[in-house]
Amino acid sequence: MDLNLNMNMNAPHSMGTTIIGVTYCDGVILGADSRTSTGMYVANRASDKITQLTDNIYLCRSGSAADSQAVSDYARLSLELHEIQQGRPATVKAASNIVRNLSYNNKNRLQTGMIVGGWDKYEGGKIYAVPLGGTIIEQPFAIGGSGSSYLYGFFDQAWKENMTKEEAEINSEGATKNFYPGDTLPLWHEELESHNSLLEIISSVSPVPMST
Amino acid sequence: MNYFEGLEGTVSSESDSQRTLTPYVTGTSVIGIKYKDGILMTADMGGSYGSTLRYKGVERMKPVGKHSIIGASGEISDFQEIMRYLDELIIHDNMWDDGNSLGPKEIHNYLTRVMYNRRNKFDPLWNTLVLGGIKNGQKYLGMVSSIGVHFEDDHIATGFGNHLARPILRDEWKEDMSFEDAVKLLEKCMLVLLYRDRSAINKLQITKITEEGATVYQPYALKTHWGFTAFKNPANGGAEGSW
Repeated sequence: MDLNLNMNMNAPHSMGTTIIGVTYCDGVILGADSRTSTGMYVANRASDKITQLTDNIYLCRSGSAADSQAVSDYARLSLELHEIQQGRPATVKAASNIVRNLSYNNKNRLQTGMIVGGWDKYEGGKIYAVPLGGTIIEQPFAIGGSGSSYLYGFFDQAWKENMTKEEAEINSEGATKNFYPGDTLPLWHEELESHNSLLEIISSVSPVPMST
Repeated sequence: MNYFEGLEGTVSSESDSQRTLTPYVTGTSVIGIKYKDGILMTADMGGSYGSTLRYKGVERMKPVGKHSIIGASGEISDFQEIMRYLDELIIHDNMWDDGNSLGPKEIHNYLTRVMYNRRNKFDPLWNTLVLGGIKNGQKYLGMVSSIGVHFEDDHIATGFGNHLARPILRDEWKEDMSFEDAVKLLEKCMLVLLYRDRSAINKLQITKITEEGATVYQPYALKTHWGFTAFKNPANGGAEGSW
């Protein structure tokens, strides 16, 4: 494999992301990976792509890191003022429309796909997808980011209405955040158990010559 | 769109010019026909993201005021924005409270002006719109494209429908068709589009507008036929390895 010595460190930080939002019986669950890449280099391996907009509404960000951070900052600011003016918590619909307006009115400048998920007392748990271009679409579940390509089939087959609570939820009781380190997830095809060193493995087994 | 100053100019696009854009989430064909009681329109519920069929529950037809329905193909975000303009138009019309209401001809003209003026600024709304309605017994069906081309006709199709549905409509549309015949004709067109338009999905809606008002029927799917002898058994049918 060629060593690319001319890595473009000034390439826009893009997220190469998978983001997911699902509704379930008691509210919504949002999920995201934690990798931010600049071309081939992983600029941040512990990013937080789920950003808080209000007490009960969060935003999953994908695409350009800068653009999605800028949109979420403006949205959070707008919503804080909105809640003061309204005298009550913002609805998920209002929050997602604020995000949509920013996305649509700056469609030539922004490159970010987002998922707004939250809970309000009028509609319960809701998920709104805001892809590139500023379309807004309410869905029972949404997936986004370049990693989502692999999930369309899975979600079409596996998702059901009103599933029971898993973890990390936003509902009337508020938001909880769970964190899953990459080395503690279940293993899939051709994935191996992790170790600190080969020495851990060979010490317990007497050497056996390889054979074909 | 803004709640306060300070974000003006930085947040909205009012101060800068936009250039022609590329569409992101798009809808495919819309077909509309006049029939005995008014207008029937049909579109599938797909929102494509390039070649991926990303969204499968997009409503591309909506009622407008009391007398019209609109269908859109092209960029969904621009259609959503057009719906905001139309909602504002209808609200202002209602506020006059003068017993008058905007009919399909007026809405069609408004849309034409919006689309054409955006085209002149090199900042088009990336849609082809179908506008149909009936007011005081007068049926109306028209189309506006993203460059402002507009016309009326007895049957309208957008996108792939231009190539696949129009010939069927030219042959089989008649004046004053019954509801049943009109629905069957639309379904005949939609089936061809389902077979031959790569961005079509088998989840469609029919919308009707009559003097009584607009009805958006529930989404449904059409039965498709795949039982060709040569397909079931290519070796015997002399179709082995055929594309």
